[in-house]
Amino acid sequence: MATGAETTQAMTIEEIEPFEAAEEINGGDVVLIDTREPHEYREARLEGGKLVPPGLLADEIESAAPDKSARVVLYCRSGNRSAVAAAQMQGLGYENVASMAGGILLWQEQGLPVVSESGMTAEQRERYSRHTLLPEVGVDGQVKLLNAKVLLLGAGGLGAPTALYLAAAGVGTIGLVDDDVVDASNLQRQVIHNTERIGMPKTTSARIFIEGLNPDVNVVEHNGRLDAGNILDVIRDYDIIVDGADNFPTRYLLNDASVRLRKPVVSASILGFDGQISTFAPYEGPCYRCLYPTPPPAELAPSCSANGVLGVMAGTMGTLQANEVIKLVLGAGEPLIGRLLLYEALGTRFTELKVRRDPNCPICGEDAPEIPESEMGQFPDYDLFCAGAGGDR
Amino acid sequence: MATVRIPPVLRPKTGGQPQVEAAGGNVGEVLRALTAEFPETGAQLFGEDGELNRYVNVYLNDEDVRVLGGLETAVSEGDTVVILPAMAGG
Repeated sequence: MATGAETTQAMTIEEIEPFEAAEEINGGDVVLIDTREPHEYREARLEGGKLVPPGLLADEIESAAPDKSARVVLYCRSGNRSAVAAAQMQGLGYENVASMAGGILLWQEQGLPVVSESGMTAEQRERYSRHTLLPEVGVDGQVKLLNAKVLLLGAGGLGAPTALYLAAAGVGTIGLVDDDVVDASNLQRQVIHNTERIGMPKTTSARIFIEGLNPDVNVVEHNGRLDAGNILDVIRDYDIIVDGADNFPTRYLLNDASVRLRKPVVSASILGFDGQISTFAPYEGPCYRCLYPTPPPAELAPSCSANGVLGVMAGTMGTLQANEVIKLVLGAGEPLIGRLLLYEALGTRFTELKVRRDPNCPICGEDAPEIPESEMGQFPDYDLFCAGAGGDR
Repeated sequence: MATVRIPPVLRPKTGGQPQVEAAGGNVGEVLRALTAEFPETGAQLFGEDGELNRYVNVYLNDEDVRVLGGLETAVSEGDTVVILPAMAGG
């Protein structure tokens, strides 16, 4: 496509600066045409502009600008498309057409006002501009993130980096479940906390960091443990759950509850130099029980406090969890549904394994019992189920 | 020969090796070759009934052998058998 300059040389068209356009528009008697695409128009536009996308110019310009002798000012994003459109209009007999040089980008740079349909404030448009520039996100996607409610089980190793990046992304509501307080040994990997906040409840410490990073985020602290008695009430209000728990009974309980309420769970785990991550979408893909029907005995699944974990492992797997959440919210890309991603840090190697729905799964299989409403809150004793496995940090 | 990937929790029982070559025509034979060379791995992999313990996942390349033919799943030259226990750390 010819640049604005090339088109201008080929056929003389009038180009005006944004401030000149502003004066003319304020003076009245100008037909202002926005020659961009609908999603750009929705994000931000000049007030009074009529949208005529380039592909539809020939068909629609005469109803947008019926008087061919009237003054028409065209603008687009950077001045190229509007120059081409101006030339096209002259070819159609329009006598008094000008293109605004530099487009809406230059207009905004010069401090001139725009209106927005997105509901985002000017500060938000600025803050999330690196997101909204991406076609897979755009304004619509950013608004989805701002409206999303995500619950993080654990504000520790995995929860910390996940919370940081979800907050940065503008996830509007982040719930944090943790009954622990910050201690020095956490700071090797739980980067949302800091030395000054040792002794503080982790949910509060995380909230302080998040509020400083992004005031758009509403942090809900669930300072306590999840158990059979409270889990449904806690998870009910959220769209997506992130499993950063440190023990098997909680993971199995979460699976049971999330399948009952049909909440997707982004689940990761770390130990030493190894990490695993998958996304469980109830009835669409496998659940945690399809993957791990029974937990291992303690000697096969030591805790991080017993075995150790490379601090940055938490960051790698936690940010992968945030990535999954964002894809689910946006409905973009391919989440790790039915896929188990293994990461090994010493070799920096990723391996992907397939996970299938288990037709005999007692939670989500074909013959799994239907839970009547009256028994929704009743769960098996997972401590017993996992007897001896995991349980300490 | 197939390559058996040993998870970190089992490596103390394979002399620290992260992978071991083992011969066998199916997954069961490959794992038996592994436990023959490293007897201490046997208790973690197999129950008293000779079946794979349910808490250990075994993959042939990228597919859980439970979805394939279990221990009878045929193994070809150059295949990878992955032993994968669950981890809870977070």
